[in-house]
Amino acid sequence: MSAATRRFAAYCVVACLAPLAVHADGASDMQVLHILNRIGFGPTAEAIAHVRAIGIDRYIDEQLDPDRIAEPAALTARLASLATQKLDESQLFAQYGPQPGEMSASQETIDARIKRSDAILQEARAARVYRALYSPRQLQEALVDFWFNHFNVYAYNGFDGLWIGNYENEAIRPHVLGRFRDLLVATAQHPAMQYYLDNQVSSAPGSPNARGMFAGLNENYARELMELHTLGVDGGYTQDDVTTLARIFTGWGFDYGHMEAGSGSAFAFDASRHDSSEKTFLGQRIPAGGEAQGIAALDILAQSPATAHHIAFELTQYFVADRPPPALVDRLAARFIESGGDIAAVMKMLLSSAEFRDSIGAKYKTPYQYVLSALRAANREIRSPTPFLGAMAEMGMPLYLCVTPDGYKNTEAAWLSPGATTARTNFAVLVGSGALLAYLPPDEAPTLVLAAASTGAPDPARPVAVDAAALERLLGPTLGDRTRATIAQSPPPLRAALTLGSPDFMRK
Amino acid sequence: MQRRDFLAMAGGAALAAGLGPMGAARADEAPKRLVVVMLRGAVDGLNVVVPHGESAYYAARPTIAIQKPGTDNGALALDGHFGLHPALAPLMPLWEVKQLAFIHAAGSPDPSRSHFDAQLFIENGTPGRSTTPDGWMNRLLAALPGPRSPTEALAVGPVLPYILRGGVPVANLPLGAKPGQPMAIDRPEIASAFDKLYDGNDPQSEAYRQGRAARTQLVADMSSEEQKMADNGAPPAEGYPAIARRLAQLVTQDRHMRLVFAGVGGWDTHARQGAHQGQLANRLTALGGGLAQLAAGLGSAWNDTVVVVISEFGRTVHENGNGGTDHGHGNVIWVMGGPVRGGKIYGDWPGLADAQLYQGRDLAVTTDFRHPLAAVVERHLRLDDAALAKIFPAMPSAHGRFADILSA
Repeated sequence: MSAATRRFAAYCVVACLAPLAVHADGASDMQVLHILNRIGFGPTAEAIAHVRAIGIDRYIDEQLDPDRIAEPAALTARLASLATQKLDESQLFAQYGPQPGEMSASQETIDARIKRSDAILQEARAARVYRALYSPRQLQEALVDFWFNHFNVYAYNGFDGLWIGNYENEAIRPHVLGRFRDLLVATAQHPAMQYYLDNQVSSAPGSPNARGMFAGLNENYARELMELHTLGVDGGYTQDDVTTLARIFTGWGFDYGHMEAGSGSAFAFDASRHDSSEKTFLGQRIPAGGEAQGIAALDILAQSPATAHHIAFELTQYFVADRPPPALVDRLAARFIESGGDIAAVMKMLLSSAEFRDSIGAKYKTPYQYVLSALRAANREIRSPTPFLGAMAEMGMPLYLCVTPDGYKNTEAAWLSPGATTARTNFAVLVGSGALLAYLPPDEAPTLVLAAASTGAPDPARPVAVDAAALERLLGPTLGDRTRATIAQSPPPLRAALTLGSPDFMRK
Repeated sequence: MQRRDFLAMAGGAALAAGLGPMGAARADEAPKRLVVVMLRGAVDGLNVVVPHGESAYYAARPTIAIQKPGTDNGALALDGHFGLHPALAPLMPLWEVKQLAFIHAAGSPDPSRSHFDAQLFIENGTPGRSTTPDGWMNRLLAALPGPRSPTEALAVGPVLPYILRGGVPVANLPLGAKPGQPMAIDRPEIASAFDKLYDGNDPQSEAYRQGRAARTQLVADMSSEEQKMADNGAPPAEGYPAIARRLAQLVTQDRHMRLVFAGVGGWDTHARQGAHQGQLANRLTALGGGLAQLAAGLGSAWNDTVVVVISEFGRTVHENGNGGTDHGHGNVIWVMGGPVRGGKIYGDWPGLADAQLYQGRDLAVTTDFRHPLAAVVERHLRLDDAALAKIFPAMPSAHGRFADILSA
């Protein structure tokens, strides 16, 4: 038995021996905490009470239909204060992108424009953190984390910084529990993806408008689309398929006219750079045509059994175990195929499975999950997301800044390290003492500052330690007996920090 | 019995008998160090070490080629056939004193053009086999003799890369601004309270203890008088040159540090990669500056240090339609340090004519990336064949190639 297995086994023993209150539908405290740990970013007192009241099965059904869960007014108000979140891709480009005549402008003018555009990234991050912390649509937000990484783009890559929030809000979030095919098409046609994987410059060599920067073929998107987004690296495609798919997507790109005018769709298909010839892709014939060829290719990819298996594997790895149980992956892949790629149907099967139910404590939180779960458990409104975004960066997971198209990993092997453990325990001390919760960066953008009244504390800048007893009650049997005993023998002012920094709280 | 099986058995027997690997460095010798820098994203090696003597190079790259040495912004002459990207000028002094060598047309025997598979194979040291549970630098660490130190191996950055994962605990430290500045967790009463929570034999406790030990060592190293003088009240600098300078300081302070790994991203230049200027040139300027800082900062320790720069695969010989290059195959490996017999391009150059290209599009691989690394392991770190067979299991014999890349 490996050390990791031993730890897991010890965790399970502790979990099983803990006195368990059993609720109306037979769910134990541990099962309630388990579903809240995995379906989103961890328990709050309010969420626990809600699951206890309606039962786990109904809670899962509720989470699968997020549009029917009301968004709290305080969250809506917070999101409404983020001005750049309301702009579409063309407005973002026109207002914050390179300006007409900028080539001859002074460097100071250009730098000022770029600095101003940083508000987009700041506000996108704030929106993400606010939703993850305060939205009752927890599964939707967990799936935003999952699918954003699956279809990753990088905010410091040219124009992508302009579109990072819009990409998430338009191409990802609306589809995370919808049809995979719609999600795939939405990402393919978003200018952020077109730019990130260089498809917007890819042209059929020799086509009428293939010149300058748009002179020829670029296979970056075609390769990653198959390797990462759909079939998987062992999905059975060849270099010829990569090249053919790149030819199929020639002409997919931007409408610079709309972007400069700040109105209309930024994505456009340009027939004058497209290779319209008939193609054979993955053994299937795609007739001569324009933009429809790309849609046909996306449909072929979305319907491939290799894609079903790849997506099922990744979802299981995110929600169940680093080494996904093959039987569960097979069942989910079959469900994916028979439901026509209905993500909610696949998630319902996953969350109702015995493998999911029995996987308590099997996952090691990513830095993103760890930081957010600590804040939810601390049960306090944050004054600014900035110190927490900084903590994620220190732990190796800066939000929207994964450079490579594979996105951030979610396994213990990727995240458990000596340096990260130092960073996490240090973070726990700063949260437990209340210091980070009270912190407001001196140059914070005004839109990110919450009204002092909403924190409920007389002086929000004065650190107030997190209530250790309430924290221990909240986390219940997920804290092992040994950990509880050790914390009980520690100085009271350190107990909240030790709880949040305990090995038990790093897992879920 | 295969030779490698025999070697593995022999190595196992030696370890079982409590014998260290033969030829290991004696305790009174200066520690031999290896620094591996991995350029993640596949750097365009044909624009790093430019085959300017090849007309096919210029035919394939009408807009992004680096011009011949002696022309404006041209390559820096290395030998009659190859030149260095002009952004790497800070490394030329090392070439001139013969402490910088290149191995061209090197790469993985595995044909994958997936970044992620190819990086995994470079890191686990078993091309084509993705299930190997540990990285070759961790296996190398296990084979090194001498007492274990918490900072014997170091990964620069907030995560532990695959190449250093495995049975021996390894420290990882971000070397951003002010790495030695106090943290809340350093305070003795806080640290001792956490120590009790992490006193088991599970991976989380081991990671915690390794992190604590490395942190203690780092704070001691960084707070030394010498370090304070070096900082001299200047604001903390960012970027590779600054990180490299801190790394050099750490390595010179810490006699135990033997293996260092740093990953550097941003080389996946599918569009607008530029030529003597532009995206790739900017990345190379920062990297070259960093490596030069590392060499300078190490002082006399440079004489016992070998630095290897490697990337997962090369890029297409022909530029694509957007002033960039796509995923290819063969690349160039850089080797530098006091013990290196440099001033020379090693390896067999396969040529760039259409018929010479791998699958009609890429630089062919004529050197298995493990062979020069094996030479470093044997000749510089002085491990024997048995140890090598564990570090690179199933590696085909190099037949003595690259033995001359290091001075004995």
